[in-house]
Amino acid sequence: MPRPAPVRVVGPLSWIVWPTLIALAVTIVLGTPIKLFRLSPPEPVIPLVLAFAWPLIRPSVLAPLALFAAGLFLDLFWGGPTGLWPLALLAVYGLTLFARNFIVGQERRVLFAWYVGGVLLAYLIVYVAVAVQAQNAPSVIALVFGILPTILLFPAANWMIETFDDGDMRFR
Amino acid sequence: MAFRDGPFEKLRVPLTWAAALALIVAIVGAIVLLIADRRAGEDGDGYGAVRESFDRVAAPVGGVFAAPVRWIGQGADFVDDYFFAVSENRRLKARLAELEATRDANIALLNVNRRYQAMLGIRVEPPVPAVHARSVSESRGAFVNARLIDVGSRRGVKIGNPVINEHGLVGRVVGTTPSVSRVLLLTDVASRTPVLVDRTDARAILTGDGSGNPRLEFIRGQDAVRVGDRILSSGDGGSFPRGLPIGVAARGIDGTWRVKLFSDRGAMDFVRVLLFEDFSQLVDRRALDAAPLAGADTAPPPNAPAAPTQPAPQTAARPEASPAQPASPQPPPQPQEGAG
Repeated sequence: MPRPAPVRVVGPLSWIVWPTLIALAVTIVLGTPIKLFRLSPPEPVIPLVLAFAWPLIRPSVLAPLALFAAGLFLDLFWGGPTGLWPLALLAVYGLTLFARNFIVGQERRVLFAWYVGGVLLAYLIVYVAVAVQAQNAPSVIALVFGILPTILLFPAANWMIETFDDGDMRFR
Repeated sequence: MAFRDGPFEKLRVPLTWAAALALIVAIVGAIVLLIADRRAGEDGDGYGAVRESFDRVAAPVGGVFAAPVRWIGQGADFVDDYFFAVSENRRLKARLAELEATRDANIALLNVNRRYQAMLGIRVEPPVPAVHARSVSESRGAFVNARLIDVGSRRGVKIGNPVINEHGLVGRVVGTTPSVSRVLLLTDVASRTPVLVDRTDARAILTGDGSGNPRLEFIRGQDAVRVGDRILSSGDGGSFPRGLPIGVAARGIDGTWRVKLFSDRGAMDFVRVLLFEDFSQLVDRRALDAAPLAGADTAPPPNAPAAPTQPAPQTAARPEASPAQPASPQPPPQPQEGAG
């Protein structure tokens, strides 16, 4: 009689808590007011990587709450209206969760297209909310320079999905 | 029995529903926060206890995280200085020659200006005290352009205080804690600054939009701006002293007038907060509250009987109409390091 395979349990600490803390720490580091070779460091919205990757790894109750907390941190750290980035991050999470069955198992190009769509959705929500609140539309050029570094973080999202997807035998 | 056939197989549906429920609750919470923040902004000018507490903690934590980045930045500056030392030296020599001529003209004009002020009894603006600060963190995106600086209400910083660096105006304080303040930069989408065009004295509003070069809007007069015109703070509204250098006018790629900021010429590591509130600190408040031209009477009609002469009531405004007192000549507002 064959022995049952050991169950590898990947707890929320591994795929939710630590990635959240790392994302926030990198955000703080990139918020340092310095210029390297006369250029400011980029300012991507790193928690968007988590908002895209988490629902593809596994639906979770903790993930929306962690995204809410991360978004609130971004609002307070950057000095924007509170509730803005939580809403944007949760919208991306909700979209990806809703389309999970279409995305899971697809090749990397499809994943990238969905990731870009999620990033654009998040920035669109924030753009509209800020334009309404400030009664002044932000510059589209500045918007593009914010979107690009975030899109370039797709390999991190892909790595998270490949690392943690089905890592826990119970969800196979 | 395979594991996928076990009792955990049924976990997927309830977990998805539970995640969706948590998502909806979190989204509702975010919307409530957003609405509450908007109402708080409309109702009061308070900074908010949550933001205040966060900033107080974020400054030292950010300082620890940022330390390695600062070391890297210093290394990059060293390399940068090494490779660009020759061109920088040439540029500085040319600049020095240009400024020496400007300095001589400035001394002559200052001398004439002081004599005019003394003759006319002009009340000049007093020097504005200032405190130095170090920038702790910044946000540079399209939506928020702000900085945390390491001085707060303990050093006399208040909401609304202008912030400058060695090149020009940077922004204004929008939130304070005892030890940390948040500065809204001129480039922020919520920033509006009354400015003037130095050459024509035309007024305009400098409106940030998240890009590096804020827009000039509501420009008064026709052909009031040309490319290269210096833009200064106008002091209208009393939020900024008049004459703080801001930048030069330029045409944007969208055809609008924009301003290339002087403050972008170098890093904004260190800034100065001008402890300037509004014009009420520059004049006697009782004089401001007095009725305009109190005591001044209209001339009687030519055929009216002569009224007995009454002494004009003494009001706080009268000294303005009294013979000019020689004012002590003072230069335009110069930031002074305050005793914080």
